[in-house]
Amino acid sequence: MDKLELIIDALPYLLEGTLVTIQLTFWSLLIGIVVGLPIAFAQVYGNKVLQGIVVVYERLARSIPLLVMLLLINYGLPRLGLRIPIFRAAVIGIGLRSAAYQSQIYRGAIQSVGGSQMKAARSLGMGKLKAFFYIIAPQAIRIAIPPVANESAIVLKDTSLAFTIGVVELLRQGEYFIATSNEPMVIYLTIAAIYFILTTIVNGGLSLFEKKYQIPGIGIEGGHSDAY
Amino acid sequence: MPTKHLLKIEDLHHSFENEEVLKGISFSLDKGETKVIVGPSGTGKSTILNNIIRLVPPTRGKIYLEDTEITSAKKINEIRQQIGFVFQDFGLFNHLTAKGNIMIGLTKVKKMNKKEAEELAMLELDRVGLKEYAASYPSQLSGGQKQRVGIARALAMQPKLILFDEPTSSLDPELTGEVLKVMRNLAEEGMTMLVVTHEMGFARSVADELIFMEAGNIVEQGNPEKLFTDPDHQRTKEFLFQLTDLYGEGEN
Repeated sequence: MDKLELIIDALPYLLEGTLVTIQLTFWSLLIGIVVGLPIAFAQVYGNKVLQGIVVVYERLARSIPLLVMLLLINYGLPRLGLRIPIFRAAVIGIGLRSAAYQSQIYRGAIQSVGGSQMKAARSLGMGKLKAFFYIIAPQAIRIAIPPVANESAIVLKDTSLAFTIGVVELLRQGEYFIATSNEPMVIYLTIAAIYFILTTIVNGGLSLFEKKYQIPGIGIEGGHSDAY
Repeated sequence: MPTKHLLKIEDLHHSFENEEVLKGISFSLDKGETKVIVGPSGTGKSTILNNIIRLVPPTRGKIYLEDTEITSAKKINEIRQQIGFVFQDFGLFNHLTAKGNIMIGLTKVKKMNKKEAEELAMLELDRVGLKEYAASYPSQLSGGQKQRVGIARALAMQPKLILFDEPTSSLDPELTGEVLKVMRNLAEEGMTMLVVTHEMGFARSVADELIFMEAGNIVEQGNPEKLFTDPDHQRTKEFLFQLTDLYGEGEN
């Protein structure tokens, strides 16, 4: 019973932290989309120079551990005179890394729709942009949903690393409570449960979206789109 | 240079990298005519069709659609609306139903309102015998049905002519008949058609003129009956006899 009371006592603080975790996740994913989409376009439709630049970015972003990146932004950049508030520093670090992974998802989705769809659209007299919006994008989005759901869950969990640079998110709230209650097991388990619930909601939401817009022959379930 | 033909091709050349695949092709197509291009694989037959609507821009030569020179015309999207294209791999949009595939060009390119577009789409689906498949997605259709939707999509744009790029080459033999039947009806209705195909029966019975190509050149062109029975060139005879032996004289 003591343990239950402890959890109930801790919950308001943990939920406060959860709110920060959700905000971190939201903004990081948004940066991931805003930066990741142009990278994908550059890779698919860009010239050699553009492709070269984004390859370097991608290599860097996927090779440096997120923790190292966060420490660099928070403790390294101020030495160069650039001091970023910790919440923003965390969002930039997590977001820029996610952008590299998301760009790969979008690039793959666009490419798997296939050039023959573009060719058919052009043959009807559609301009390139129109063809992209009305023909390529609707198919690519459907193909991208499952991997985007996966990436979202990864970003959500990785926001816990923001704890190391002082952001008071879910994990750090838990740390505060452990310091006063000395009950690490109970608190960490509660935190784990909250992460579990959050990732389940993210995955569930996106798979509902996927089902709602499901079209026979497109996406994982229907097999590779070029097979039809 | 103005021309009274619907489509006129003058000295068309095309090269991929260093290989010249078209070495000076010239022919014309009048309104209501069906011309069929035959010849061994890799002789540039499909390249001609792709050159016409500039999905692959030609290297040299001129193409006229009625009075307009379209090889260098700026408004390529307007020209493409006037020339239908039927693909070997169907080219249906996988995220749209049969009806949606036909409507999208009408609503997004021709700016037709949705209701009109839908009516026209249903009319064209009926024309190719697929009215009851309006709500089916491409993955739910057979190859022959897909190609008939492809033809209906081209027809709905009300083009001046339709280019067919080996429309039955990726179909099982038992499915080619339904597609050829639709094409035969179109020819009889007076649609102007330029067809690349290996279907000799279709070529012989439907074409107003047969064009035999090899290695980037037109070897011989003329009345199909003449080419089949009494060609001027030995090579024409060899090729047509060989294909007729393989595929028989009729498609049915």
